[in-house]
Amino acid sequence: MKTLKIAALLATVALPSASFATDLEVTHWWTSGGEAAAVAELAKAFDASGDHWVDGAIAGGGDTARPVMISRITGGDPMGATQFNHGQQALELVQAGLMLDITDVAEANHWKDVVNPVSLLDGCTIDGKVYCAPLNIHSPEWLWLNNKVFEDAGLPVPKDWNEFVADAPKIEAAGKIPLALGRQPWQSNLAFGALTIGVGGLDLWKKINVSKDMDAAAGPDMAKVFQAAADARKLAAKSTVQDWNQATNMVITGEAAGQIMGDWAQGEFAVAGKVAGKDYTCLPGLGINAYISTGGDAFYFPKLADKDKEAAQKRLAALLLSPAVQVAFNLKKGSLPVRGDIDMSAANDCMKKGLEILKSGNIVPSGDQVWSPDVQTQLGDLQGQFWSTDMSPEDAQKRYVEILKSGL
Amino acid sequence: MSATKPVGILRNINAKIAAIPMVLTTLVVFVGGTIWTVVYSFTSSGLLPKLQFVGLAQYRRLWSAEIWNMAIHNLFFFGLMSMVFTISIGFLLAVLMDQKIRFEDTFRTIMLYPFALSFIVTGLVWQWILDPMKGIQQVVRDLGFPNFTFDPLHDPQTVLYGLLIAGLWQGTGFTMCLMLAGLRTIDDDIWKAVRVDGIPRWKTYLFVVVPMMRPVFITTLVLVAAGIIKLYDLVMAQTQGNPGNASQMPAMYVYKYMFQAQNLGQGFAASTMMLLSVLIVLIPWAYLEFGGKKRG
Repeated sequence: MKTLKIAALLATVALPSASFATDLEVTHWWTSGGEAAAVAELAKAFDASGDHWVDGAIAGGGDTARPVMISRITGGDPMGATQFNHGQQALELVQAGLMLDITDVAEANHWKDVVNPVSLLDGCTIDGKVYCAPLNIHSPEWLWLNNKVFEDAGLPVPKDWNEFVADAPKIEAAGKIPLALGRQPWQSNLAFGALTIGVGGLDLWKKINVSKDMDAAAGPDMAKVFQAAADARKLAAKSTVQDWNQATNMVITGEAAGQIMGDWAQGEFAVAGKVAGKDYTCLPGLGINAYISTGGDAFYFPKLADKDKEAAQKRLAALLLSPAVQVAFNLKKGSLPVRGDIDMSAANDCMKKGLEILKSGNIVPSGDQVWSPDVQTQLGDLQGQFWSTDMSPEDAQKRYVEILKSGL
Repeated sequence: MSATKPVGILRNINAKIAAIPMVLTTLVVFVGGTIWTVVYSFTSSGLLPKLQFVGLAQYRRLWSAEIWNMAIHNLFFFGLMSMVFTISIGFLLAVLMDQKIRFEDTFRTIMLYPFALSFIVTGLVWQWILDPMKGIQQVVRDLGFPNFTFDPLHDPQTVLYGLLIAGLWQGTGFTMCLMLAGLRTIDDDIWKAVRVDGIPRWKTYLFVVVPMMRPVFITTLVLVAAGIIKLYDLVMAQTQGNPGNASQMPAMYVYKYMFQAQNLGQGFAASTMMLLSVLIVLIPWAYLEFGGKKRG
């Protein structure tokens, strides 16, 4: 009897480890409802392929999660794979030799031919070697509108930012807040970035952020953008919430008429059971310049001593870009896939608008791709202050130029 | 006892050996870590520390950064207000407690309870209480004053007062206990003497007791001041530095630039400035406390 018990115990303990599965801990900051559902798709696919996904979600958003991830990697306790945004967030880790080179995976799976836009793969490539697997594309330049608020006020739903601003007094007269804005600095920075592309136009954006033309940043065209932002902050003066999803919720419930937020906001509309085009309207590029920037997420693989784990890391990298995973993940996440050769016909109205823009090539790199985290943090601080106080547009522009110069 | 008395390093050898781990910890962890931080604050370290010296560039950038200057200004304002109020309210409460009242233990426990909470809890609770949608404002409006407005946390002009309320709620109980302990050290004979002289009680407290409690006041002052300089968790939980950096604090700047902005050099420079300010508070105190005793 006793031996039987021991045998049974041994069997339950030994069985799982007898299979080929390699445990791989994956850290990320996707914790909201829609995000968690999307991650579950990745975990399901990875487990089905024979390995085991150990979920390492870190709550509190990227600004909270990234320091944790980085200290684990630099502190000698690396995870199997970790999320970062497209751009320079992991650049120094790669330069310090802490990240696994996955060039062979990229070549074997022809990432060069399938990744669209190819700039995402370029972002992962340092000195000719590939260090990350791009997963999805998120763009922040969207204006979200509650149709009912405008109908109640007897107005047609605006087709672009200018119409929205023109309607604002009537919205205010109806006792609603025209523009919802969360009070965290990154949200002000996001709204400003959207206004730069929407009001300032693509050429101006590229001149400043890609060619780093500081005269353009200090010039009259940019002054117009700051003036537009100063007008916009008046529309948002009564919005006192902190988190972006609280602000989105104000639009959903009709407390506010609109919000400038990234395409991840549609997850909130979907959870609330709202239908794109009927209950709410989304305007990419604020409806003026239909451009979107290609921010989003990529997975990096810290160097591990264990050869089995390294093989599993490469299997995961290949899996993330496989067509089935791309479709399943991005439909749940509400983001755009990184490859243009897959069937996204199940996407909703807003996602289709995004896909079309992506196909037409009207894309710009995201702020994280062209500026260091240091500059991005400083810009966030500046915009956070500008949108919450009565700082003059001229002062703000002067400081804007100084901050950009610190990143040259 | 005599000629065989061991000299110099051999005296009390066991105690010295026992102290070695502590001395090493102090030297390596505290002093070593501090020196390392100061040295690297003169480099251009980004995400990882690297010895690439840039002179005073990090400090120059630090002091020209508006957000740092705002943080310092906020800290001074918050620190001054909170010092004045915690100490005066704490003293007042201690005096009331000292009137040989009934249930003194119960009151003392209640007063000290907030101090047992972490600043995170305090911050969140007060964020809710001060939230216009669910806190005081809503309650008063529901009572029949629909125009009542009380929303300190969302106005850059008043946000520091909102923090101050929470800070005082948490901290006064502790100062009260220190003060009460101080009051209890006053000899009963003093009280008898002033009664004989016919001096009113309030005058006794102000002109006799307060001067006699000088060491207690100084200790409280230093404890409160050191706590204020590293103020971080309360603000993080209550406002996260918002609205528009109006409640930004130096410790938050350090964290933000070290970890979010991946600019260690800048963070080190800021933390070195914080260390300096702690020293400015601590050195005069240490001098007063320990230097004074030797003379006496």
